[in-house]
This record gives sequence, C-alpha cells and structure tokens, in this order.
Amino acid sequence: MTLLHHIGRYTLLIKRAFARPEKHSIYYSRLIREMEVLGINSTGIVAIISFFMGAVITIQTAYNTESPLLPTYLIGLAARDSILLEFSSTIVALILAGKVGSNIASEIGTMRITEQIDALEIMGVNSAGYLILPKIIALMIFAPFLSVLSMMIGIFGGWIAGTAVGVVTTPDYIYGIQYAFIPYYITYSLIKSVVFAFIITTVSSYHGYFTRGGALEVGRSSTMAVVHSSVVILLFNLILTQLLLS
Amino acid sequence: MIEVRNINKSFDDQQILHDISVGFEQGKTNLIIGKSGSGKTVLLKCIVGLLGVDSGDIFYSGQCFTTMGNKKKKQMRQKFGMLFQGAALFDSLSVEENVRFKLDMFTTMSNAEKKERVNFCLTRVNLEGKNKLYPSELSGGMKKRVAIARAIVLNPRYLFCDEPNSGLDPQTAIMIDKLIKDITDDFNMTTIVNTHDLNSVMEIGEKVVFIHEGRKWWEGINKEVFDTQNRELNDFVFATRLVKQIRNTDESR
Repeated sequence: MTLLHHIGRYTLLIKRAFARPEKHSIYYSRLIREMEVLGINSTGIVAIISFFMGAVITIQTAYNTESPLLPTYLIGLAARDSILLEFSSTIVALILAGKVGSNIASEIGTMRITEQIDALEIMGVNSAGYLILPKIIALMIFAPFLSVLSMMIGIFGGWIAGTAVGVVTTPDYIYGIQYAFIPYYITYSLIKSVVFAFIITTVSSYHGYFTRGGALEVGRSSTMAVVHSSVVILLFNLILTQLLLS
Repeated sequence: MIEVRNINKSFDDQQILHDISVGFEQGKTNLIIGKSGSGKTVLLKCIVGLLGVDSGDIFYSGQCFTTMGNKKKKQMRQKFGMLFQGAALFDSLSVEENVRFKLDMFTTMSNAEKKERVNFCLTRVNLEGKNKLYPSELSGGMKKRVAIARAIVLNPRYLFCDEPNSGLDPQTAIMIDKLIKDITDDFNMTTIVNTHDLNSVMEIGEKVVFIHEGRKWWEGINKEVFDTQNRELNDFVFATRLVKQIRNTDESR
C-alpha cells in the first residue's frame, strides 16, 4: 500500500511538473541555470571517476586475460565495451544520483521546510513546474554529453594506464578499441543516460518536495533520494538492457 | 471581504478546526489570536488554500474559493500577498529579484517599469538601496520588510500575515505592525494577521478573532479584549505578570 501511495503521489507530482509554464522566458532562464548547476558542475567528478575506472578496467582485464592464446588487443576491446555498455551510462548515472540527486532533494526540501514552496503557491505559481521541470529537462539534455565525455576519458584512462603499466602496447590498444566496433552501443548508452537522468531528477525532486519537518528530515530526504534513485536506475538498467539489446 | 463558513479540518483522526465561521472586513486589519497550537495557522492556511478543508466554504468577495477550479484559483492567488512567519524569501535571489519575482512572472512590464515598482515597494518598507543584498545578509526585521514589499508589489487585494512579529525585538515588531496597518489603509486591502502578540492586538487589531482549541471562542475589537468576561480569553490575555500588574494597577486606581 505504501509503495502504491508513493507511486501515485510521484505520478501526480510529475504531471503537475509538466503543466504549461506560466512564463516560458523565466523557465528558460532557470533551465540554463540548472544546466550549469546539474550538468557543467558535474563534469569534473565524471571526468575524474571515468579516467580511473577506465584505467582499472584495462589493468584488470589485462591481468585476467593473461594467456598466450589471447591477443593483447582484446584488452582494448574489453575495456571499450565495458565502458560503452555499462560504465558511461549506468555507473555515471549512479555517481550523478549521489551528487545531483542529493543536491536536488536538499535544495527542494529546504525550500519546503522554510515555506518558500508555499510562497510560490500563494503567488499563483505552479511550484512543481517552476522547480522541477527545468531540472528534468536540463539533466536530460546534459546527461548524454556527460556520457560521451565519460566514454572518451574512460578509454583514454585505459590507454594511459595500460601502456604505463606495460600490459598493452599503444598499437594493440588502439586496434582493440576499433575492433568489431558496433556503433549502436553508443546509441544504447545515450538512450540509457537520458532515461537515468529523468529518474534521478524526478525521484530526487519527489523526495525533496514532500519533505516534512526540519533539518533532520531534509537530510533524510536527501539520503532516500540517492538510495531510491540508485535502486530505480538499476531496475531500469535491467529492463532497458533487455529491451535494447535483445 | 473574506468570509469563512463552517470550516472543519482534521489531520488523520485529530480534528483541528471545529465549525469555524467568521468574516474578515475589507480595509481593516483583522487579527486571529490564540495560544500556540490553537489552530490559527491551520485556519490561515485553509483560508489561503494551502490546506484543503474537510467541510465548509471560503468566500472572497462573494466568490467561493473552495469549489473554484485550479485555473481560477491560480488567478485569484495573484491577488494575494502573504507574509510568512520566517519571511520565506527565495535564498538564491537578491532582494530586488525577490520583490520583482511576481512582476517577472505575471506582468508584461518593461525592465524600467519593474525597477521603478520594486524601488517604490522597497522605499515603502524603508529598505531603499538594499536591492543587491541577499536574504542571508539581512536581519530578521529586514527580511520581514522585504517579504512585505514582495507581498504588495502587485497591489494585492488580500494580505495574509502569519505571526509577523515572531523573533523580532519589540521596537521592530511595532514598526512591522505599523507598516502592515499603513499598507492596509493605503491599498484598502483585506488583511488577516495571525498573532499571539498582545501589543499587535492593541496597535492594529481593528477586528479580533480569538481561536481556542480549534474553535472560534470570541470575536470583537481590540478595545474589548481587555474588558471581556470570556474566561479563556482572559487567561490568554492576562497570562504574563506584566499585563496582570498593569490590570491590577488600573483596578486600584
């Protein structure tokens, strides 16, 4: 019953968030601001984690495929496919759920407990639309860029680590990342990143919007936003993988 | 004129408001007084529509607000101004942006006109020149004054104030009260103030409604508050030693 209650309330909130904006120009300026806060400000963490994850994937692949029967270019191929298929979309989404999700939930939650959301409602502004819609659109637009950035830096990190440690040569690694390349994997990854962006922003906004109480509850909402976003991302990862790769 | 008819409100199994009916007159500062937990904030939130009512109706100039469609409700709310207990200024916006928020959202004014209107409202609350400050840089009294400026920027017909003096020193509280009274007179608004500050009752209470345990217990004007025989109201009014002492001094004379 509680789950159904949450799903129903979440659906109604998202419906309200997608209602016709009072003034498009204000929503547009908020969209630009949210793209900076949620997207551009996340590039640093995505870049750092992608670099090191690419490096670790390459080294681990190398040590686990150490056999004279296996060509070393397979290291590049395995690193590429891991990064493209899972890491750049799912793992980056989980990182964003932690960074962006907690940010959204605590921002909206604080606005709720300090009556700023009530103030918006009293003015005749659709608070759900004003606060949530720009965040959804901003991250859905920016997530594919973060995903592509993560792919590039991850593969680059793999090359740097692989050649530095001496488990793969540059020609073998480059040959590996080009070998049997399926462009659809990029499309698949980008589709997933857009869906995950929607999940992160809406689930986190939901937790923030319905915060009740004080500072303690804002912290709790923030934690719940991260936990629930992550669980829903993993669930949808399974569904999307089956739908898009079968 | 705002008319509340037979309002009932409960949370879960606990009934907070019991069959409250009261009228708030235009051009006057109407005060809702009562102890903490008496239900006055719930009543105010029901009146402005932030909380739904279980039964009963609220009328704004004869129009039933409770049965109004969402679109009409939003239009009606553009005639509202509200001062929240904690001011509820938008943290990420400067004083000027806070005040001009409604102008940006609902008008087609030019930037120069908006600026002029914002400056007029800030001057009205004695905050000229503070346009670029952020809420975190303001004192409690200044925040309340910015919130008043924001509330009046679109010339509202109805002004609601939820405990405007809470957390303020007596002098600043008097200044805020005077401001609310002056603005009500200037714009001929229907103003409802939620308070438990007896000084406000004496300063600006043109009509006073006493709420006790979720029921309307007493209704009158400020001068009658101290002479009433209503026991609960007496307990509320003469709760402090200072007021008791003043009463005893008056009686001994």
